[in-house]
Amino acid sequence: MTATITRRTALTAAATLAMPAVLRAEAPVVKLGLIHPMTGPLAFAGGQCRLGATMAIADVNGSGGIKSMGGAKIEALLGDAQLKPELAASLVDQFAEAGAAGFTGAYSSSLGLAATQAAAKYDLPFSIDSGVADSLTTRGLANTFRLFPGASTTVDGAMGELAGVNKAAGSPVKTAVLVHENSEFGTNTANVLKEKLPSIGIEVLEIMPHATPTRDFSNIVLRIREKKPDLVILSNYANEYVLLIRTLVQQRVPLVAMFSVLGGGFSLKFAKEQPEISENVMDYNHWFNPRVPASLAFRKKVEDAGNTFTWEILFGYYAVRLLTDAFERAGSADKAKTLPALAASTYYPDMLPYGPTKFVSGQNQGAQASGLQIQHGDIAVIWPEQFANAKPVFPRPKI
Amino acid sequence: MPPLDIVLAAIVNGVLTGGVYALVALGLTLIYGVLHIVNFAHGSLLMLAMFGCWLFSAQLGIDPYVALPGMTLIAFAAGWSLYAGIIGRVSRGDDRGILLATLGLAVVLDNLALVLFTGDTRTIDTPYSFDVVEFGPMLIPVPKLVSFAVALVLAALLWAFMTRTDHGRAIRAVAREPDGARLVGIDPPRIFALSYGIGIACLGAAACLLLPSFYVSPQVGNTFVLVAFTVVVLGGMGSFPGAVVGGLLVGVTESLGGLFLGESLGPIGIPLVFVAVLLLRPSGLFKAAR
Repeated sequence: MTATITRRTALTAAATLAMPAVLRAEAPVVKLGLIHPMTGPLAFAGGQCRLGATMAIADVNGSGGIKSMGGAKIEALLGDAQLKPELAASLVDQFAEAGAAGFTGAYSSSLGLAATQAAAKYDLPFSIDSGVADSLTTRGLANTFRLFPGASTTVDGAMGELAGVNKAAGSPVKTAVLVHENSEFGTNTANVLKEKLPSIGIEVLEIMPHATPTRDFSNIVLRIREKKPDLVILSNYANEYVLLIRTLVQQRVPLVAMFSVLGGGFSLKFAKEQPEISENVMDYNHWFNPRVPASLAFRKKVEDAGNTFTWEILFGYYAVRLLTDAFERAGSADKAKTLPALAASTYYPDMLPYGPTKFVSGQNQGAQASGLQIQHGDIAVIWPEQFANAKPVFPRPKI
Repeated sequence: MPPLDIVLAAIVNGVLTGGVYALVALGLTLIYGVLHIVNFAHGSLLMLAMFGCWLFSAQLGIDPYVALPGMTLIAFAAGWSLYAGIIGRVSRGDDRGILLATLGLAVVLDNLALVLFTGDTRTIDTPYSFDVVEFGPMLIPVPKLVSFAVALVLAALLWAFMTRTDHGRAIRAVAREPDGARLVGIDPPRIFALSYGIGIACLGAAACLLLPSFYVSPQVGNTFVLVAFTVVVLGGMGSFPGAVVGGLLVGVTESLGGLFLGESLGPIGIPLVFVAVLLLRPSGLFKAAR
C-alpha cells in the first residue's frame, strides 16, 4: 500500500502539531530539573527525593499553578546522576539547554557540589534537597540555596541533645566508642565528634573505622566489649548501620545507649522490620514536626500510596516548594527575578521542626534536625522539647 | 595485642564467616573451576536468590530454612534455563562469548532487581536470628553455625556427585575433552546446562542460609562475588574441598586481619594470602576434581 498525503491530511497534521504551542501560550510552563541518583547504591534515597519533588509539583499544579504567572504549570525534567558528579553536572547543562528555570537535587553532597557549580555557570537557582556538606553553601555561589541544615549545625545540635538527655538522666554516659565507615562522610563525622564529645563530659575510648561494605561486625563488637563503653556512636551507611546494631544486640554488649548523627540506617523501615533490635536506638536526624497535623497527614498520604516514608521525601517536597514560592513572589521564572526572591525568602516549611526561615549566603539559618528515638516500632521525637512527642528512654533497658 | 579470648573468638568467627564464603564459592568452583565459564552473573544470581528467599519469608511467611530445598530446586531450574535459553545460545560455546553473555546478564539482572525491588535494603526477622550458643566467653550466633554446617554437607555432597555418579563423570569428561566426550555419547551443551544449573542451585541454598543474618539489596551480590572468585582460585579450580578450605582460610584471614590491622587495613590480608598461594602453589591448595 502506498501512502498518499492529501491536502486535508497535511492540514490536519499541521493543526495537531500546532496545538501544543497554542496550549502553551495559554498556560505557560516552568521547567524544573530534578537531579538525583536513581540507580546505584543511593538509588533508594534518590528515588525518595524525586518522589517528594513530584508530589510538590502535583500539589502546586493541582492548586492552580503559579498564580502570579497566569497559572503557569510546573514541568519536571528528570535526571539520573547515578553516583557520578560529572554526570550530575552534565545533566544540569542538558536541562539548562532544555529551558529549565531552576533545579533541585541531588541527595548526596558530592553530586550536589558538582551540580550546583554547573548551575552557577548559568546563574540558575539550585534548591538543595539534601546533602549536608557545609561547603555546599560556603563557596559563595549566589544561585545555591539550602532550606535544610548543614553538617556543622547538625553536629552542634546533636551534642546539645546528647548533653541534655544525659544530664536529665543523671549523666550515666561517661565514655564512648565511635564506629565509623572509612570514607569522607564517616571519617569527618567521627573526627568532629571526637573533638566535641569531651566538652560535654564524654571521654572517647576508641575510634574504630571500617570499610563499606563490611560483611561482618563480630570483630568490632568484640573490641567494643573489651573497651566497655557506656555509649556507641555510629556513623556509617544503612547496611552497615543495621548489621552493626544487630551484632551489638546479639553479642549482648551492655550499653546505656546507641546513638548516631544522621544515622544511615535509622528509619521507619528499620523500626518496623527489626523491632527487637531497633528499640530505643537514638539518632539526631531530619524528621517532621509531629505536633503539626499536616505532617502526619503527609506521612499517611505517602504510606497509603504504598511508599515507605522517609525524611528525604519531605526534603524533596520542600526543595521544590521553596523554588515555586520564589516564582510566585517574583511573578516570573526569570533568574534575574527569582534569585533575589530566593535570597529574601522567608518561606516556612510548616511540617518541619524549624525556626523562622532566613537565608544567609544561601543557607537557611532556622534549619535544624531533631533528637529521635525508635520507640515501639515507630520514630519518636525526643529533643528539643518544643517539638517532642515522647520522653527519651535513657538509659536503655539492659539487653 | 588483644587478649587471647578475643583472638580465639575472632578465629572462631572467621571460620564461621568462611563457611558462608565457601557456600557462595561452591557453585562458582563448578561453573568457573571445572567448566571455565567466567560467570560474571554469579553475584547477580545470588542477589536474585536472596530476593526470592526474602519474598518467601516476608510475603508468604515461609522460614528461609524451610524454603531451602524449594529455593535450591528453583535456582537449579533457573540456572539450567538461563544456560540453555540464553548463555549457551548467545555464546555458541565460545569463551569470550560466554564472558560477554554472563556480563550482559548481570547488568540486566541488577537493573531488573532495581526496578522490581527498588534500591532499598531488606532484612527479615526470624525467631532464631539473635539466638546464640554460649561457648566459654564466646557467644556464637546460631544462623552462622547452621550455614557453616550446611556448607560442609553441600561440599561433601557435590564432591560425591562429581566423583561417584555418571553425571559427575560426564561433567569432568566435558571439561577435559569436549570432543572426546561427544564421541562417547555425551551431549556437551546438556552437560554445560546441568553444571550451570547445579552451580546456581548452590546459590539458592546459600541465599536461604545467608538471609537470617544478612541483608539483601540489588547490590548485595558484589559483596560476595570477588571473595568467591578468590576462594575458588585459592582452593584450587574446581575442587570442592578446596572451596571449603579456601573459604575458611579467607574468613580467618579477614577476621584476624581486622583484629590486628583494623577494619580499614584488615582486608589486605585476603589479597596477601592469595598472592602468597599463587606464588608458592600456583594450582591452588587442592587438586581439582578432574
